[in-house]
Amino acid sequence: MIDQLFVLAIACVVAIACALPGVFLVLRQVALMSDAISHAILLGIVIVFFIVKDLHSPFLIVGAALTGILTVVLTELVIQSGRLKKDAAIGLIFPFFFSIGVILITQFAGSVHLDSDAVLLGEIAFAPFNRFLIMGLDLGPISLWVMGAVLVLNVTFITLFYKELKLSTFDSALAASMGFSPVVLHYALMSLVSITAVGAFDAVGSILVVALMITPPATAYLLTRQLKRMLLLSALIGILSAVMGFFFAVAIDASIAGAMATVTGVFFLLAFCFSPDQGVLQKYLRLKAQRVSFSATMLLVQLLDHEGTDTEREENTVSNMIDHMGWTEPFVKQVVRHGLHQKAIIRKGDGLFLTDLGRELARSAMTHT
Amino acid sequence: MLSFDYTLIVVLFGTLILGLVSGCLGAFALLRRQSLLGDAISHAALPGICIVFMLTYSKHPLLLLLGAAVAGWIGTITVMAVVRHTSVKEDAALGIILSVFFGMGLVFLTIIQRMPTAQQSGLSTYLFGSASTLLLNDVITMAVLGAITLGILLLFWKEFKLLTFDRDYAQSLGFPISRLDILITTLIVFSIVIGLQSVGVVLMSAMIIAPAASARQWTDKLSVMVCLSGVFGAVSGVIGALLSGAISKLPTGPTIVVVISIIVIVSLLFAPLRGIVWGAMRQRRYRDNIRFQTMLTNLMLFSESDTDPFYPHDIAALTAIGRGPARKAMADLKEKGLVVNPEADMWALTAAGLKEARCILADKIGGASHD
Repeated sequence: MIDQLFVLAIACVVAIACALPGVFLVLRQVALMSDAISHAILLGIVIVFFIVKDLHSPFLIVGAALTGILTVVLTELVIQSGRLKKDAAIGLIFPFFFSIGVILITQFAGSVHLDSDAVLLGEIAFAPFNRFLIMGLDLGPISLWVMGAVLVLNVTFITLFYKELKLSTFDSALAASMGFSPVVLHYALMSLVSITAVGAFDAVGSILVVALMITPPATAYLLTRQLKRMLLLSALIGILSAVMGFFFAVAIDASIAGAMATVTGVFFLLAFCFSPDQGVLQKYLRLKAQRVSFSATMLLVQLLDHEGTDTEREENTVSNMIDHMGWTEPFVKQVVRHGLHQKAIIRKGDGLFLTDLGRELARSAMTHT
Repeated sequence: MLSFDYTLIVVLFGTLILGLVSGCLGAFALLRRQSLLGDAISHAALPGICIVFMLTYSKHPLLLLLGAAVAGWIGTITVMAVVRHTSVKEDAALGIILSVFFGMGLVFLTIIQRMPTAQQSGLSTYLFGSASTLLLNDVITMAVLGAITLGILLLFWKEFKLLTFDRDYAQSLGFPISRLDILITTLIVFSIVIGLQSVGVVLMSAMIIAPAASARQWTDKLSVMVCLSGVFGAVSGVIGALLSGAISKLPTGPTIVVVISIIVIVSLLFAPLRGIVWGAMRQRRYRDNIRFQTMLTNLMLFSESDTDPFYPHDIAALTAIGRGPARKAMADLKEKGLVVNPEADMWALTAAGLKEARCILADKIGGASHD
């Protein structure tokens, strides 16, 4: 039971620690660097591990973070050489590093407590069993301490450089002209991503790092246009995904990391469909309402055109609209209802008549076009 | 040690087909800036494979690959829908699909591993790939799917070429752009699922990007690039499979990726014309040339005020007015017989040097003849 609470606590800390830098990755359109970095750091972890022979050495984090930075530098170099476009450059370097890492692990698998599946998939269920011991004193799971430290680092960095990050994210040219180097900030952010990915890797694996870094911020981006709210919302969605994913995984006895990633996807899907501002449903409804309102105006113009003519009796009827405007019957009813609601028309049997307001609306629509 | 037995030949054929098909289609993915789509598709394929297995309990390669293709295709369509309907950009959309679909795949995989059948072992080879488990049946499936994919590519060659290089023109000619888009993306999906069993979902994206990125450095012609990309893919597949067969515990997928990555590095550095090394050498030559020209004209202009064009000048003066290290440039010019130094640190033009300097100056002013 207490172990489960620790798993939940670790998952929540990881979720927040990932979501915060993730917001800037998504806004700066470099989201996939998290994918590249979280895979590439495997090489750094493996190499340092072979040197220090300890899976919990702090040098592991340093080595891995350096590999992360190296990946970013190499990617930028390839892009700057002009030989390849950005997407290809990102996609070339991390598989190379990751492959060397996997080969090293498998070649020395017998003597090493590292295996490639665990790195990729993570096993958060085991995280509480690696305890942080100082002179025999048990201070709880080591992952919680590591990720807690990473979280503090991320929060401190983003709080201290909030203005600079915001400016360089939304207007890098202005930031540069004011003397904030976008390059320095870019690398600082990438270092943060690397450190976060390393800290999280043995708890949740590289794929969940990607899921937690990109999906909650992208979901928040569908819900708000304010940076501060987006940061808070991302952290909140991250925590909810972690908690719900955990219970879901326990309920069906499946991979915890996988379930958490799945739940982040569910949240994104919900926002994609139902976001009050950008949701697909909302857009559909808005489009439909616009169509009805536009057609109602067309109806007014048609009525005005034939008002007082000999054919008014035949032209200005509900049934004529079906033939004349090419509308379906339910749509005509909808349009007429809209007109009645507007108090622009009066209906007598099949006949439709303009009110004064209706005449005015029709004339103004015609002068506008 | 390695012996060319039946199993190995089957495996080699498999990796050859995978490299060839992913190389050819990868060329289009690269040019259409869809490189990272491969990453999303290959990860997205995992839940498809798992669902098909859970529904059918079968590990028939055709069924699993079709499941992978459908899932990969759904992933692609979702990416396109997200980019089209929301303000979320493509990179984030790809990352979401990649990680969320892969997460679902993991959930299914762990459920499958607890299922009470002996069949399930082997599905996790789809993570990192294992060419050594390829059977004749698998390779036949790959060959058939690969042949269909390449056949359609050839059939629509003209359309795809136009679509890749000039979308607007293709549209103005009345080609069904969006249908062609979906067709070529579907072909890319197939080229990825063909390789999943050997290379694995995690690294398959490299087989789309890397052969094409290498081939791009050697040519500017689409047909040559596609062929070369296919060859690079096939060669790395075969070498990777041979290495992993010869050395124990060497996983196939990562080995193939390391081989193709080496091809990429060599291509980026040494491909004729586009190679970074040649580019750097060219730039150095230009820079040296400009420095030589500056030195020669400076010497001449200094001397003209003294009326003797061959009057020697102090190196300090030349350094002060020239660009970069003057000593080195002077030593190089001396070798060419354009300058002499009658005493230490004093430099003067030779007759040939004076003529050269006049030519350079005439060129710079423009129009004047060279004699």
